[in-house]
Amino acid sequence: MGLSEMLNIALMQGFAGISLFSVLLLMGLGLAIIFGQMGVINMAHGEFMAIGAYTVFMASTLTEKFAPALASAYFPLAIVLAFALAFAAGWLMEWALIRHLYKRPLDTLLATWGLSLAMQQCFRSFISPKEVSPTLPDWLMGSWAPKEGLDIPINGLFVLALTALVTALVMLALYKSRWGLRVRATVSNRAMANAIGIDTRRTDRLTFAIGCGIAGVAGAAFTTIGSTGPTSGSLYIVDAFLVVTFGGAASLLGTVVSAFGIAQTQSIGEFFITGSMAKVITLSLIVVILMIRPQGLFASKVRR
Amino acid sequence: MTDSLPLTPEQLQRRRLLQGAAALPLAGLPALGFAAAPPTAQVNTTKLAVTDTEVTVGQLHSATGTMAISETGSIQAEQLAIDQINAMGGVLGRKIKVIKEDGASDWPTFAEKSKKLLVNDKVAAVFGCWTSASRKAVLPIFEKENGMLYYPTFYEGLEQSKNVIYTGQEATQQILWGLDWANKEKKAKSFFLIGSDYIWPRTSNKIARKHIENQLKGKVVGEEYYPLGHTNFNSLINKIKAAKPDCIYAVVVGGSNVSFYKQLKAAGITADKQFLLTISVTEDELLGIGGENTAGFYACMKYFQSLDNPNNKKFVEAFKAKYGAKAVIGDVTQAAYLGPWLWKATVEKAGSFDVDKIAAASKDVEFKEAPEGYVKIHENHHLWSKARIGQMTADGQFKLIAESPKLIEPNPFPKGYQ
Repeated sequence: MGLSEMLNIALMQGFAGISLFSVLLLMGLGLAIIFGQMGVINMAHGEFMAIGAYTVFMASTLTEKFAPALASAYFPLAIVLAFALAFAAGWLMEWALIRHLYKRPLDTLLATWGLSLAMQQCFRSFISPKEVSPTLPDWLMGSWAPKEGLDIPINGLFVLALTALVTALVMLALYKSRWGLRVRATVSNRAMANAIGIDTRRTDRLTFAIGCGIAGVAGAAFTTIGSTGPTSGSLYIVDAFLVVTFGGAASLLGTVVSAFGIAQTQSIGEFFITGSMAKVITLSLIVVILMIRPQGLFASKVRR
Repeated sequence: MTDSLPLTPEQLQRRRLLQGAAALPLAGLPALGFAAAPPTAQVNTTKLAVTDTEVTVGQLHSATGTMAISETGSIQAEQLAIDQINAMGGVLGRKIKVIKEDGASDWPTFAEKSKKLLVNDKVAAVFGCWTSASRKAVLPIFEKENGMLYYPTFYEGLEQSKNVIYTGQEATQQILWGLDWANKEKKAKSFFLIGSDYIWPRTSNKIARKHIENQLKGKVVGEEYYPLGHTNFNSLINKIKAAKPDCIYAVVVGGSNVSFYKQLKAAGITADKQFLLTISVTEDELLGIGGENTAGFYACMKYFQSLDNPNNKKFVEAFKAKYGAKAVIGDVTQAAYLGPWLWKATVEKAGSFDVDKIAAASKDVEFKEAPEGYVKIHENHHLWSKARIGQMTADGQFKLIAESPKLIEPNPFPKGYQ
């Protein structure tokens, strides 16, 4: 194998790592808000991703049927729609279920797990028990080949850009907006936040809904790399919790760093040894680090 | 589980005696037009749920849970076959009645339901199971209660039972001929084996490796397994690029397929640059993957929906008439369709519904109307069938490229491959 070929593969492998990083980060972001900021263990997070993915599938089916001319343009719109639908579902869920359980974290875990099973069965009964995948616009398919032998996947680039955008928006919202201020106040001291006139119930509802909305965006983006089935959500949930917990629950920066660390260890491991061994090594490393630092990589300074 | 039965064995016994007594006057008068239907006492000596007009069979698949994706096609095909048989007058003059049970993608549930079907319902045969795990869970029960299972999925082999008829291919029928074809027609010498991480892909690849190294004198340049449901194959794809195999040999199962082929395409590995052969993608999977991602790759199966023969034309037409014009038929769906027909032929050959007689009579039972062409049951309860290579087309179907000249003998315990 020539030197330039080795360089090509090294470059593509580097991009594979970055691509996995963006996937993990996008998965973890919504959860970082719900679990990290609110402390709600939302086992149905994966199903909110599935809502987003199914939205894209519906949009694709409808576009094909009624407006085939828009086939190349529907995708960004579908992502916005995915956010809106998942946001609405999250809002409803918080009102109906979660708000009654804020002081009982273990019951929340059970309730949201039940919710996730119920949602899976709904997908299965009302949409399809088979896995579906939307027809993607041509510009999202294939690879970008700057030179012979070097192929950068376009869907990977797309997910990377989307992740960067969503992360930036979340950071801005959390640290520069009134909502972010209220959220952070509620997180650090709920009683005091209440006392100074912050409507913590409203804040909670909005926060939960935004977290779910971001999950919807993640699900929508993942239709470019995988399929969507009734149980797709349960595949994502473990990785999402892993990223958030490892990064330090309340820290958004922690989530970013942890997603990067996990993705690089995993993808480098996969390349040099086998896939299953790479997973073993990654998970063992996480266990060891969490034993040394139970609070995760980045702990927020909160007076308990 | 026996204490949950609604009736004690003694009560059941009494019921059946009464039913038998009620049937006697009719059975005694063959001249009245029952000549085609031999008397129940004669065709059923083991107290199965067979009356003068009806025979009860069971259907045991996952209608819910993660396997519902795959098993729905089998449920539909078996139902179609049973409807068609009933329209022709049933088996030994008796209409088939089906009791449907849901294994719910959970192996202990499969075991429990199979016990219910055999002990409570006394069904004459069961059409069911899909994954090897579910088959392994029910096998001891079928052997103990002496039931008859028609199992549709292509599987890893290394099993043979008096109480099971395997209507799918065992590993050697699918793998060896396909590899020979790849070696001869595509000049493939080096292979990269990829699979989902459980028993069927691992056993299949083990057989493939032995065949490649010992028979074809070729080389395996990589062998990798990923968990079911894995969605990120970019690193693996780079590894394949570095290894430059003549052939990617893929045994990826279920939803992972979608990610795998989408990412192959996104990494610039398409059929015009790379030869890929799979034994795990049928029309059902292509529906999810999208034909545009796989066009040009090859699969080795025994059946494709596009097979051009009169049997298959009739089958596809009937299937679409019943389940919609968009329905697709994969390899396993066709194998499931064979089950009820083979059972009917065997019962008629044995002249009895008794399981022991069916098991003994199964050898050399043929089904000439099989959509795949023609099949015959081997002494070892697997089917003689052909292997075929199909090339994937952009509309999610296969174009037949090659087929084995003769029926391939099933050999669930291949020597030199273990």
